[in-house]
Amino acid sequence: MPDTVMLTINGHPVIVPDGSSVATAVAISGAMAFRRSVHGEPRAPLCGMGICFECRVTINGQSHTRSCQIVCQNGMDVQTDE
Amino acid sequence: MNNPGDTYDVLVIGGGPAGLAAALSAQQSGLRVAIVDDNPGLGGQIWRGDQHKPGTPEAAQWLRRVATAQVKFISGAYVYEQPEPGLLLAETFEGRRELGYQKLILATGARERFLPFPGWTLPGVAGAGGLQALVKSGLPMAGKKIVVAGTGPLLLAVAAYLQKQSANVLLIAEQASQLLSFGLSLWRWPSKIFQAIQLKRELAGIRHLTNCWVESAHGDNRLQRITLRHGQKTWDVACDYLACGFHLVPNVEVAVFFGCELQEGVVQVDELQATTVPGIYCAGEATGIGGLELSLVEGQIAGFAATNQVQQARALFAERDKLQQFANLLNRTFALRDELKRLPQPDTIVCRCEDVSFARAEKYPEWRAAKLHTRCGMGPCQGRICGPALEFLLHWQPESVRPPVFPVKVGNLIRDAGSLIEQEQ
Repeated sequence: MPDTVMLTINGHPVIVPDGSSVATAVAISGAMAFRRSVHGEPRAPLCGMGICFECRVTINGQSHTRSCQIVCQNGMDVQTDE
Repeated sequence: MNNPGDTYDVLVIGGGPAGLAAALSAQQSGLRVAIVDDNPGLGGQIWRGDQHKPGTPEAAQWLRRVATAQVKFISGAYVYEQPEPGLLLAETFEGRRELGYQKLILATGARERFLPFPGWTLPGVAGAGGLQALVKSGLPMAGKKIVVAGTGPLLLAVAAYLQKQSANVLLIAEQASQLLSFGLSLWRWPSKIFQAIQLKRELAGIRHLTNCWVESAHGDNRLQRITLRHGQKTWDVACDYLACGFHLVPNVEVAVFFGCELQEGVVQVDELQATTVPGIYCAGEATGIGGLELSLVEGQIAGFAATNQVQQARALFAERDKLQQFANLLNRTFALRDELKRLPQPDTIVCRCEDVSFARAEKYPEWRAAKLHTRCGMGPCQGRICGPALEFLLHWQPESVRPPVFPVKVGNLIRDAGSLIEQEQ
C-alpha cells in the first residue's frame, strides 16, 4: 500500500496516492468541472502540462492555480467551479 | 536585493531531456549550473514522473546522473520576466524568485498541437500526451475505454502506456497515410528499428487505423461517445476518454521573449546551438521537432558550447546530423491533411480561454483584428493552444511575445514594480 495524502475538494475529503497531482484528485473526486468557461461550459484538463490553463482551480485560497502542476499535500483545500 | 545564492554561470530553462543533457555537459566545466522548470519534477514531459519510477533505463540513467551532479534544480517555477540583462523573475506557488545568470540555455521543449472539432472542449477529451501526463500524475485508468487519435509517433507510445496502465484502448486513429514508407525508411536508424519492434509488441491487440480521424465528440457535460471517419465511412464509438493530439509544436515563446530570431517557426541556432542573441543557446524541440535522441545530443552540444568546451561540442555534430535526418522524415510523414480544416463548425469553440467560436474568429484576416474584436488568444494560455490551430486553419502568423511570458499574480507584479521604483530612487 503506497503512502497516501488526504485533501478536501469542494469540502469533501479525497484520499490519493502520495505524489498525485491536484488534477488527479479533482478527477477522482467526481467534481462536475474543474472550471466553468466564460460561457459557463464545464472544462477539464487538456494538455496535462501547465500550458492550456483548463485545469485551473482554487488551492488554499489561491485562485487560477493550474492543478495539473501542483502535487497534493495533506490538508490542502481545493475548490472547483461547480 | 538579489540573493547571491541564486546566481548561476549557466541557467537552463527546462528540465526535459535537452535541458538535463545541457546542464550535465555545462557542469563538467566546473561552473555553477542550475535548471529552472515549471513542472514539479525533472524529466520534462517524456520522462514525467520518472524521477520516482523510471519508465526506461535511459531515463533512469540521465535522471540519476543529474541527481548526483552539482546541478541545482529549481522546480515549479515559471520564468516570466527579465527586468535587466542577467536577471530573471520566476513565479512559484509560494511566491516570486529572482534568478541571476551569465549564460542561458533554453530547453523549453514542445507542446501538443490541438485542432478544434465539435465537442473537443468536453471534459474527457484531452491531448494524447495530455492524458498520458495526467495518468503519470496519478489519474487511474483501469478499465477505462479510450480512443487515441490525431497524428504522430506519440499516439503509439501513449496507447502502449495506457494499455500498460490497464486501460481498454479501443482504437488508435492516425490521420496520416504514409506509415508504411515511414517504416521502410527506418533501416537507416537501427536504434529506431529496435524501438519500433518493441512498441509493436506492446501494441499487439490494439486496433490501429491510418487515414482515420475524429469528426466530433458528444456528451452531456462530459464525453460519452465520438464520431470517427475513415474514408467514406463514419461511425460512433462510446468511450470514457479521447486522447487526441496532432503531433507537436515547439515552445518558442520564451526564446522570442528574449529576442531570439525564429526561422520557419522554430528557434534559429548555429552549429553550436547558439541563438541570434549572444550568450543565449537553445536545444531540443524548441529548435525543431526531432524527438528524444536529437534533444539529448543538442542539449549536450549547447551545454558544452556555453561553457567553452567547443571540442566536446564538435565531436557530437555528426550524430546530430544523422538524427536531424530522422526528424525531417518524421515531420514529413505526419503532415496534417486538409480535411481536418473542415472539422470546426461555425459554433465550434476555437479559443477555449475566451470561448471564441470559429465563426467569430474566421471573420478576421489576422491576429490583431481578431484580438481587438473577440479577445481570441488573449486568455491565460496567451494563444498557446488556439495559436497553432489558427495557423493551420486560417494561416494566421504568430505575433510578438511581451512580458509577462506567463500570466502572473498581480501581487508579484506589484512587488516587481516596487523594486523598480526603489532602483530608480
